Amino acid sequence: MIAAEDKKTALKEFMEKAKSGDHPESQLIAILHRAQELYGHLDQAVMDDIALTMNIPTAHIWGVATFYHYFNLKPKGKHSISVCLGTACYVKGAAQVLETVKKELKIDIGETTQDGMFTLTETRCLGTCGLAPVMMIDDKVYGALTPKKTVEIIQSFYKK
Amino acid sequence: MPRRYVITLCDGPTCIHKRSKELEAAIETELTRHELTGRVSVNLSGCLGMCAQGPVMAINPQYTVYGNVTADDIPEIVSSHILKKKPVARLAIDEDHLYNRFFRVFGDINFFGKQMRIVLRNCGIIDPENIDDYLSVRGYEALAKVLTDMKPADVIAQVKTSGLRGRGGAGFPTGIKWELAARQKTDEKFLICNADEGDPGAFMDRSTIEGDPHTVLEGMIIGAYAVGASKGFVYIRAEYPLAIKRLEKAIADARRECFLGKNILGSDFSFDIEIRLGAGAFVCGEETALIHSIEGHRGMPRPRPPYPSVQGLFDKPTLINNVETWANIPVIILDGAEWFSSIGTEKSKGTKVFALAGKIKNTGLIEVPMGVTLRSIIYDIGGGIPNNKKFKALQTGGPSGGCLSEDYLDTKIDYESLAAAGSIMGSGGMIVMDEDSCMVNIARFFLEFTQNESCGKCTPCREGTKRMLEILTRITEGKGQEGDIERLERLGNLIKKASLCGLGQSAPNPVLSTIKNFRSEYEEHIKQKKCRAGACTALTGYEITDKCVGCTACRKVCPVGAITGNPKSRHFIDQGKCVKCGLCFDTCKFSAIKKG
Repeated sequence: MIAAEDKKTALKEFMEKAKSGDHPESQLIAILHRAQELYGHLDQAVMDDIALTMNIPTAHIWGVATFYHYFNLKPKGKHSISVCLGTACYVKGAAQVLETVKKELKIDIGETTQDGMFTLTETRCLGTCGLAPVMMIDDKVYGALTPKKTVEIIQSFYKK
Repeated sequence: MPRRYVITLCDGPTCIHKRSKELEAAIETELTRHELTGRVSVNLSGCLGMCAQGPVMAINPQYTVYGNVTADDIPEIVSSHILKKKPVARLAIDEDHLYNRFFRVFGDINFFGKQMRIVLRNCGIIDPENIDDYLSVRGYEALAKVLTDMKPADVIAQVKTSGLRGRGGAGFPTGIKWELAARQKTDEKFLICNADEGDPGAFMDRSTIEGDPHTVLEGMIIGAYAVGASKGFVYIRAEYPLAIKRLEKAIADARRECFLGKNILGSDFSFDIEIRLGAGAFVCGEETALIHSIEGHRGMPRPRPPYPSVQGLFDKPTLINNVETWANIPVIILDGAEWFSSIGTEKSKGTKVFALAGKIKNTGLIEVPMGVTLRSIIYDIGGGIPNNKKFKALQTGGPSGGCLSEDYLDTKIDYESLAAAGSIMGSGGMIVMDEDSCMVNIARFFLEFTQNESCGKCTPCREGTKRMLEILTRITEGKGQEGDIERLERLGNLIKKASLCGLGQSAPNPVLSTIKNFRSEYEEHIKQKKCRAGACTALTGYEITDKCVGCTACRKVCPVGAITGNPKSRHFIDQGKCVKCGLCFDTCKFSAIKKG
């Protein structure tokens, strides 16, 4: 676990480097990526911090952060489940997989379970259409899913 | 250590007759002189069949065949080909087209046999993380040729002659785009590689970068030389970590070897490339939105003109092309624009990479010459539809494209033919659907995607797609009203005409094309509240009939415990719990479960 101060320093260093090049304001998205990598999500305090260092209004940063799906404004669960809703998966029954996950975890897309275990997201094609339908838990792709298999996979995380 | 070589000398009657006795001796002498005897073996073969050009000899593993060889040529062949790994072009028979190397390795596999690999020529052949591997397949040779022998205008002329068109989807002639960018007179120009591949179901660009990142870089460097750009950006999805990693390594290696940076290969030309990550916004594939995103803003498009070639990134002229377009450039330079333009149809040249997915046996990535029919792709390469199901529709071009019915299977792959059929070439997603796919549901799925990705800047796209989605949703829920089809058509055509960028202009395509080709399905949903494919869950349900023998198989397989019943007696489905996954239907051996 990185200490809060270290995170702040790491982000600061990244921003200073960005500022030294041409068009520093164009590095905003890269900075937000770095911030999310460090903090897990982007909250008001982090954005204010970026605003001060980079001399960009927080309102603008807020606008950018909310525009792109990749950035989370809320903390995430220990594991993230993203169900692929790409076309191939959809055709092969991704909707049922998503429905099963929702029922099993009792959360909707974008929400985190009460125990902080899982955050559910939907994603567009992961590029593993040969395995459709798929979902990704953290960095691992689970393929050829059926509702039954989906439930088993989720339960296996609780057993660990 | 140089690799092991095999020299095969044709020992057919004609070659024996034509070649001097000194030839064999000369080979021996040269190999001994360079102390190569242990590492190069010399074989005699039967007639190679190229008698007209005898005496013939082949050198493997590079598959080079030399013709009309005399003893005087041997020192050159040994010192150049074997010691420097550089085949003697003067004597080589049959120009070695770049992609042939791929087929020497994979050509026996039926799936590859019908393909033509130009963009993906090195994918699976070389180690993408090793620049030496790329160099060994004539990598960066096109760049060297351009820097030494060609003026920027010559490069542009070659690209124009080749007939290459933008592979991002719209098919704008690449040469004309380059010419426009080259004509601008400013202190600074930029160049962008669009790797923001966002179409659901498409992964061509990802595979190209992961399999052969240097080809894309080489194409970009040549483009930069042609238009006079000093700095390039690769805008790539953050969701592609492996592609990003390989690209980073490729850029670092290319810099180290002087293919990138100041004074490339000792010339006056300097150019560098930087990677910029996207952050999950489909609209950023649109060039003006992408430029805004690189600048650090929300990725929203702006009206064109001015086109990016005139005024783009940081208000400077910017040449922007898709990954696949860039990957074609080294081939055009090395093998010539005339050769390239000999492939394909009258107006669409070269090949196109498609991501084949959906209800098809061989899902995967394919590359075919333009002009191949859709039928050939689905049945010859794709292997047809699995599980003896019937083909229903082919979706091309992702959320901007359309669904084509069986009547269009003989359409040829080119920009114009696909447009005439009511779809588009698009970036290359190709999804096959069988009888279990509901066209209304698919149209709704694509529209939901574009609706969600609409950036909200212009009203027709923001509001129009929302209204269309509402209508489609109510149709799939069995609440469709008389006149809904006409409403969708009217709205769709309006959105196409009035939207600001390509996203809105093409968003209604999946809906309009399915209405055109599968109107009866829409009517069934609205009038009879029926979904023949059983895909619209509100219109389908499962019921256990009295054929049930109580084998409990369905009860065990149900993921949500919706089925109850004792062994050997009829089971029942709790409709409130049922998620309509259809597993019970697939499991039942007694046809006791009714769908519909």
